[in-house]
Order: sequence, then structure tokens, then C-alpha cells
Amino acid sequence: MGLLTNLKDSISRVTDGLFAAEEPKRIGIYGPPNAGKTTLANRIARDWTGDAVGPESHIPHETRRARRKENVEIERNGRKVTIDIVDTPGVTTKVDYKEFLDHDMDKDDAVRRSREATEGVAEAMHWLREDVDGVIYVLDSTTDPFTQVNTMLIGIIESQDLPALILANKTDLPDSDVKQIANAFPQHETIPLSALEGENMDEVYTKIAEYFG
Amino acid sequence: MPEPTPNVDGGDAPSDDPVSDGESSDSGVRIDMISGARMQGLTSMEKIRLILDGVRDGNIVILEEGLSPDEESKLIEVTMTEISPDDFTGIEIETYPKAEASDQSFLDKLMGRESAQKLTVIGPANRIETLHKDENLISTLVSRK
Ligand SMILES: Nc1nc2c(ncn2[C@@H]2O[C@H](COP(=O)(O)OP(=O)(O)OP(=O)(O)O)[C@@H](O)[C@H]2O)c(=O)[nH]1
Ligand SMILES: [Mg+2]
Repeated sequence: MGLLTNLKDSISRVTDGLFAAEEPKRIGIYGPPNAGKTTLANRIARDWTGDAVGPESHIPHETRRARRKENVEIERNGRKVTIDIVDTPGVTTKVDYKEFLDHDMDKDDAVRRSREATEGVAEAMHWLREDVDGVIYVLDSTTDPFTQVNTMLIGIIESQDLPALILANKTDLPDSDVKQIANAFPQHETIPLSALEGENMDEVYTKIAEYFG
Repeated sequence: MPEPTPNVDGGDAPSDDPVSDGESSDSGVRIDMISGARMQGLTSMEKIRLILDGVRDGNIVILEEGLSPDEESKLIEVTMTEISPDDFTGIEIETYPKAEASDQSFLDKLMGRESAQKLTVIGPANRIETLHKDENLISTLVSRK
């Protein structure tokens, strides 16, 4: 089963990590469901390692387990930055399996998806308190950023003094409003991008190197 | 014969706490307003238990002073572990952070004390719906059970 393989993978990766010479910084990709976290994680991984992190989907809570891509070496202006990227499940305070029933899922699948989602979010919150060295916070720039979840998460990240980069994703869409995001979190730098189309990735990599190097 | 327990609909959570005790009626919406002083003596997990026990009973919980970021993070985590199909779908939470400048005293800033003084409203996700929110008003629709 996928879950078991994942678990095995991550255990062996954890033990591998114990023997690594220098620990790369662990960068968590956080944000609400459907913001494009996995699309971004995949793009970063493909650009610098050649393979992907996990499946993307328009159905919320596609990512239900944090997935790690280790030793991603990003080169910027002659400097090399090595990071582990952790793609996390979209954070929320509620999950109702009934919402998945609209996506052509039967009840068993929907219940399973919601259970996995809740476990994944719990795990991601735990990681954020214990195990992350920096955060890339991804927002869908076509949606309202003034949500309680965003406010709480940014507050949690700030209280831990973690370096944080806010990405305003989906700038390829006509409704994209980057300014609204910049206004919502004026204490942070907001970088616009389209993870799907690969727009403005150069700046994203420059900022990753600057913030997490 | 043991005395009949007054807490008939208390669910599985043992509630020896005076706040989450008592009758939550089927006909109305119960609101628990918890003062900052009441919260101050509690550990993080006790606060979270107090909130979630109330919310899982169908109540709206209002905190005079809110939670610290760390407690909010734990609240999300514990909420997630308690969600179960057809029983508990999670929480809705809204806060009023007071304006940064007026919120934190000079001394608080100096001591690195984070001021957690923010009015916080928490309710069951399936019964509470935020209609409108801005800096001055939270408008919430609470449905009956
Ligand atoms: N137009 C557009 N769509 C995007 C962009 N990035 C992601 N998407 C789409 O948004 C949807 C969600 O993307 P994901 O990468 O799965 O989002 P996520 O944040 O990982 O979602 P969860 O894992 O469910 O929390 C998919 O349909 C993506 O194709 C973008 O830059 N532009
Ligand atoms: Mg994802």
C-alpha cells in the first residue's frame, strides 16, 4: 500500500539523514489546500533534481502526507544552497468528508481521504513546531488571503522566528491579485509566480537562496 | 442505585470541568465566555481541552484573551486528531487581533512577551458560518443542532 511504502521511504530517509555530513535546511511548503504547494514542490524538484515530489490535483487535500525531497541543490549567483523540501497537506481547521462526495468519490473513499487529510494536517502542524528550519508559504492569488487559517499560520511561523517567504501563486489566471496578498502580510516579502506555467521562477530561486542559504 | 448524571449528552469526554458541565440544550445555542483570568491558570493542553470539550458539545466558546500562536498550532493539531465522520467535522475560529501598536505595551515588547490579547470565537464547523468579517465586525450565523 502507498502509505506503507511512504512510511518505509521516510524511515530510510530519516536514517540516511543521520549520517549526512551537513544537514541541509529543511524547508516546509505550507499554505491552505489547493494553493499549488505540490505544483511548486514538483517544479523545484524537477528543475534541480530531475524528478517530482507527488501528485497535484484540483481536488482539495490531494496531499495528505508530508512528502520530502532531500538534498535539492539550488545554484544562484555562484552560490550553492542545499535544502530539503517538505510538501505538506493544506492546513485547515475542518474537514468534512461529504465535500469529497461531489468529486465523484464514493463514501468509503471520501471518508478515507478525510481521515488521511486530518492525520496529515496534524503531522504538518507538529512539524512546523518541531522540525522545520524555514517556510515557503504558498497562497492562491485569486482567493482572499484574509482567512483565519492564514493569519494563524503566519502568526505561528513568526512566533517561531522562522525565515518565511510568501508566494502569490497562479499569476497566470486573470483574477490573480498579488497586491491583496502583499497588503495582507506587509511584514513579509511577497513573490508572485505561476508554479504551473513556471513564471517568475528565477526570482523565486534567488529568494530561496537568499532566505534559506 | 447511583444518582442519574445530569450530564446526559456529554458524549465520551469526562467533563468534571464546571464550564463544560451542565445541560447543553437541544433547543438553543449555548455560549461559553471564558475570561482571561480563567484561562491564565491553565496549561496549554487544559485550555485546548476546555475549548474542544465545549465545541464538541455544540457550544460556541468565546475567549476574552485568545491563545498564543503555539497554542493555536496545538489546537489545530488536536482538532485534526478528533475529527471523525458524521460526528465532528472540526472547528471554525475567528479572532480579533488588537492593533499591533496599542496591543503590546512597551514593556511587553522589551521583554519579548507576546501579547495574546485577542478576542477569539470558536465553534463547531458544522454549526457556525462566518457571514462577514472586517476589523470592526464579525457576523456569524449559528445554526441549531
Ligand atoms: N492556473 C494555475 N493553476 C495552478 C497553479 N499552481 C497550481 N495550480 C493548480 O491548482 C490545483 C491545486 O494544485 P496542487 O499543487 O495540487 O495544490 P496543493 O496546494 O498541493 O493542494 P493540497 O495538496 O490539496 O493542499 C491543481 O489543479 C493545479 O494544477 C498556477 O500557478 N496556475
Ligand atoms: Mg499538495
